[in-house]
Amino acid sequence: MNKRLLFVLPVVLLIGIAVLFAVGLKHDPSIVPSVLLDKPAPSFDLPPLSNDKPGLATAALNGKVSLVNVFASWCGPCRVEHPLFMHLAQEGEVPIYGINYKDKAADAKRWLRDLGDPYTRIGVDGDGRVAIEWGVYGVPETFVIDREGTIRFKHVGPLSPEVLEETILPLVRNLQQ
Amino acid sequence: MRALFAALLLAFSLGPAFAVEPEEMLDDPALEARAREISKELRCLVCQNQSIDDSNAGLARDLRVLVRERLTAGDSNEDALSYIVARYGDFVLLRPPVSPRTYALWFGPALLFVIAGLGLVVFYRRRQAAPAETPPPPLTEEERARLETLMDEDRKP
Repeated sequence: MNKRLLFVLPVVLLIGIAVLFAVGLKHDPSIVPSVLLDKPAPSFDLPPLSNDKPGLATAALNGKVSLVNVFASWCGPCRVEHPLFMHLAQEGEVPIYGINYKDKAADAKRWLRDLGDPYTRIGVDGDGRVAIEWGVYGVPETFVIDREGTIRFKHVGPLSPEVLEETILPLVRNLQQ
Repeated sequence: MRALFAALLLAFSLGPAFAVEPEEMLDDPALEARAREISKELRCLVCQNQSIDDSNAGLARDLRVLVRERLTAGDSNEDALSYIVARYGDFVLLRPPVSPRTYALWFGPALLFVIAGLGLVVFYRRRQAAPAETPPPPLTEEERARLETLMDEDRKP
């Protein structure tokens, strides 16, 4: 038979496996891809946190590109990403809606008073049930919603300036056109 | 001493601790048993190698309660599982489903086994099919004599 093939085949196999490992080992298993991407946002209706700001429901996601951020006052990483949202809110490029996850109202209000409130709407998800509808498995999580109310992107964990500048904002601008 | 022994016996007879808390449990033992069965199939996404049945994480608790609610509402086991899968994806299942994406996972080992087996068969077939080696020519007189002397040398001492 073709003797050369016998020598080449193991090398090809080895390279294939090496590539597989190189890709596989870089992949972070704690990031679970969302099955909700490109699906309509779940139907939900959350009450407001305080009287001066509306709550959040599915209907509010229609008509405008928006970000939905799941946060809690007890969540450390939320504090890390918070300045980015404050900055984004000042720019006014895209509305940021908050889902306050399993929090005490007083704590959440104090958190927003101390650090600033970047949200246009805040829905209170006291028992975390709506978060399950969104496939949330850790806070913070941030979703990009298009005009039709479809989930277009999800980021798990605190936003970094890179993710915001290189992924989220370009996507938002693209969707806004 | 006796009390200590009794205490130890009791401590070791308790078996593994479960994360399921009494107030989560359903009154109907049949439904509760089904809920436990389903919970063992579902991955806790916070602590990924535990099932939600084992995990103390808040989300695992919420999902256990959710599963029990679905069952009480009349869902079948499959309905309850697919309700969770629709939100968290196949990854939430500890036993990956057989689908085109997981064919390599499910059938890869068997395929490798078959390939190895075929390889062995081909190898032995080829060895058998190879023309039998022609027997070496008989020794010449000269060689035979030399062999004898060599053998004698060995036998002597």
